[in-house]
Amino acid sequence: MSMTDPIAVFRMEAAELFEQIESGLLDLTHRLDDKDQIDAVFRGLHTLKGSGAMFGFDALAAFTHHCETAFDRVRKGEKPATSELIAAVLAAQDHMRALVDRPTDDHGNIGDILLSQLQRAVEGDAPVTAPAQTVPMEPVVKAAKSATNTWRIRFSLPVNSMVNGTNPLGLLDELRDLGECRIAVNTSAVPSLDVLVPTDLHLSWDVTVTTDQPRSAIDDVFIFVLDDMQLDVETLADSSGTASAEQTFQAEQPAPVAQAVAAIIPAVSAAPVPAPAVEREAPSANDARQAKAAENVRVPAERLDELMDRVGELVIAQSRLRQLAGSSMDLQLRSVSEEIERLSGELRDTMMVLRMVPVGSLFGRFRRLVHDLARETGKVIELVTEGETTEVDKTVIERLADPLVHLVRNSIDHGLETPEERRAAGKDEAGKIMLSARQAGGEVIITIKDDGRGIDRERVRAKAESSGLIQPGAVLADQDLLQLIFAPGFSTAAQVTNLSGRGVGMDVVKKTVETLRGAIDITSLAGQGSDVSLRIPLTLAIIDGLLVRVGTGRYVIPLSAVEECLELSLEEDLRSRGRSFISLRDSLVPFLRLRDLFRTGTKPDPHQKVVVISTGTERVGMVVDQIIGDHQTVIKSMSKLHHDVATFSGATILGDGSVALILDVAHLVAAGQQQEAQVRAAG
Amino acid sequence: MIEAVQTNDRQLQSDTHWNSDGELEVLTFDLHGETFALEATMVQEILDLLPETTVPGAMPFVGSVINFRGKVIPLADIRLAFGMEAAETTIDSRIIVIELDLQGEPTLVGLRTDKVNEVTTLAKTSSEAPPSVGMRWRPDYINCLVKRGGQFIILPNLQAIFSFRKET
Repeated sequence: MSMTDPIAVFRMEAAELFEQIESGLLDLTHRLDDKDQIDAVFRGLHTLKGSGAMFGFDALAAFTHHCETAFDRVRKGEKPATSELIAAVLAAQDHMRALVDRPTDDHGNIGDILLSQLQRAVEGDAPVTAPAQTVPMEPVVKAAKSATNTWRIRFSLPVNSMVNGTNPLGLLDELRDLGECRIAVNTSAVPSLDVLVPTDLHLSWDVTVTTDQPRSAIDDVFIFVLDDMQLDVETLADSSGTASAEQTFQAEQPAPVAQAVAAIIPAVSAAPVPAPAVEREAPSANDARQAKAAENVRVPAERLDELMDRVGELVIAQSRLRQLAGSSMDLQLRSVSEEIERLSGELRDTMMVLRMVPVGSLFGRFRRLVHDLARETGKVIELVTEGETTEVDKTVIERLADPLVHLVRNSIDHGLETPEERRAAGKDEAGKIMLSARQAGGEVIITIKDDGRGIDRERVRAKAESSGLIQPGAVLADQDLLQLIFAPGFSTAAQVTNLSGRGVGMDVVKKTVETLRGAIDITSLAGQGSDVSLRIPLTLAIIDGLLVRVGTGRYVIPLSAVEECLELSLEEDLRSRGRSFISLRDSLVPFLRLRDLFRTGTKPDPHQKVVVISTGTERVGMVVDQIIGDHQTVIKSMSKLHHDVATFSGATILGDGSVALILDVAHLVAAGQQQEAQVRAAG
Repeated sequence: MIEAVQTNDRQLQSDTHWNSDGELEVLTFDLHGETFALEATMVQEILDLLPETTVPGAMPFVGSVINFRGKVIPLADIRLAFGMEAAETTIDSRIIVIELDLQGEPTLVGLRTDKVNEVTTLAKTSSEAPPSVGMRWRPDYINCLVKRGGQFIILPNLQAIFSFRKET
């Protein structure tokens, strides 16, 4: 994957900008007069317009321009920010996304409709002058004529600014838009031709502009280049002063030269300069977010994966070294080995952190979703997020996005009641959806909680019985009954609405979570709401495992699933021949003899151990011959030829170079439960 | 129970890539007294025997995995596909690592062999389709037989051999 495709880079940048604009807009819905957010939205729109035009997304640029115009007026205090305006811009933003994704498609007149909505929203009750609609790149504001002023603006840009994507012509055009302009260029700094670098900018300009706009309008022209440039703005008393100033400039540099020099600029900027990086690097002290983004480095995920593989191999090599050093008497070798162990451990940790992104980036999307759903359903919804800084592997985040969307939609669609119902039930009118994330051991727990009506167990049961998922009258534990909502084919007709019908069934939620080696817990109280928790391992690449021996083979059990280890005495082993249960603190735990399961054909070890593993609520013991110890496990997937073997989720390479298989806990627990069910059925 | 997947027969048939001169460079090896040949381009590496890890529950034909340079790859014994008995390893036993396209995914697979012979060139003119009768082996597991110096070299159809699935 090449990162040099400018269109792809623009799309990534646009995605970030959309996020920024959207979060700004959503913040504004709560605090309509938040100046910072208004500015942030304006800057986002402005950058989007500029970058869009730069990369040839002209329709986008033209369309965005109108939204920018609207926000500019709000920013200047000419118009208040209203919730209608924000809704209109949010809707317009979706159209912008479409323009970014499919610039060549015919989008019909959606744009015009959105713009007229926008216009109505801006103008409010008193529609005044014709808005800046017909000409896309028209000046931003045309306020009523006020006192005109004449300004003398002298500015020069840094030598490398064209390389960075600044187009001085654009600045001059914007100045011209302000009013009548006289532009003179100062070429005195241009070096002789033999040392001239065509991409360097040696010109400076002297502009006299007569405008009815305030001084701030001039500053706005330079808002994105302000940091590095030299700008000198002074007011000229009136037209008399202007004339004299004009004369001097004219004497220095006749305008045609400026035009001629300026004419070469487009050719220069068309040179194969790595333009994509440009706009992001354009400094702007006002924009803290942008400044922060400039410190980041974009790295394709696959390079990280490669690095992760190398680190994985290093960890393996290191544990071989440790084994060698451990059996050696050489103290120096031992100390080097320890040193390398520490370093590779740190390297591994750093590597893991590189792949981690805060959950907040995932939660951010839900604000919009909830906002839209609230409008569609007429329910009053309050979204509370918690633990946004919890970090999770990027792959996990991406894979979780769709399931979470579905869970949230489901909570809003089925869980939350209408305001009237809530009032009748004596609850606060606003339904609450709480998204929270926290880390617990090697897992991150993401919880979607609502305070709605809760899951109607009778309805779930009826539905499951009618669709043949369970036998009529079957006895089910509460958790099992609730889990039925994740069964394939379990969906209520109401789910196929605009809200939930995204093609992701609840069974897909469960499948996705399972492929991430995670699990789902549900609790629900009638009338008080439901609570769905996804427990996901922090990373997919490396786990801590418990290395055990069964017969002659060695296997790894994910440590996060291990509850405890105990000894299975010979007599208990014999006594439990008929029933494979052990009693563990007054509860019966079924167990599996891995030796039998794997058909090792070996004699049991005299001191067998039971490793009790659990997936949340279910527990199962596994009889192994020996517990070797904990082991840092780099997970290697098995080839397609072994996909039919469900007992193992992968393999890992041990310190001595041999391969150990990693047990699939979920599958084994299911096998254990099955055995329990069989025993119960027989008994 | 094992059965061949019949769906993409045509792809399975076109396993051999004779060049424009009707020649094919192959690596020959012995299995149970028979000589087999693999296209040299698919061969990655020839290894001495490595410690194997049995995968309980897997088909006997791919019953174990090995560590090939930090990758865990399956070790296949195509003897079992041809109904030959598994044999004790000898001093000549080697593992040939090949890259196979399994359902569109390039996969490294180790093949157990009794002895690796040589890299040689086979001529298409001396090749024959497997006879439909009088053979102990499943004909669809064989691409062609090439006559050479009074004996036959078997070009196995690895796509077909590895495209079986376990009956559930």
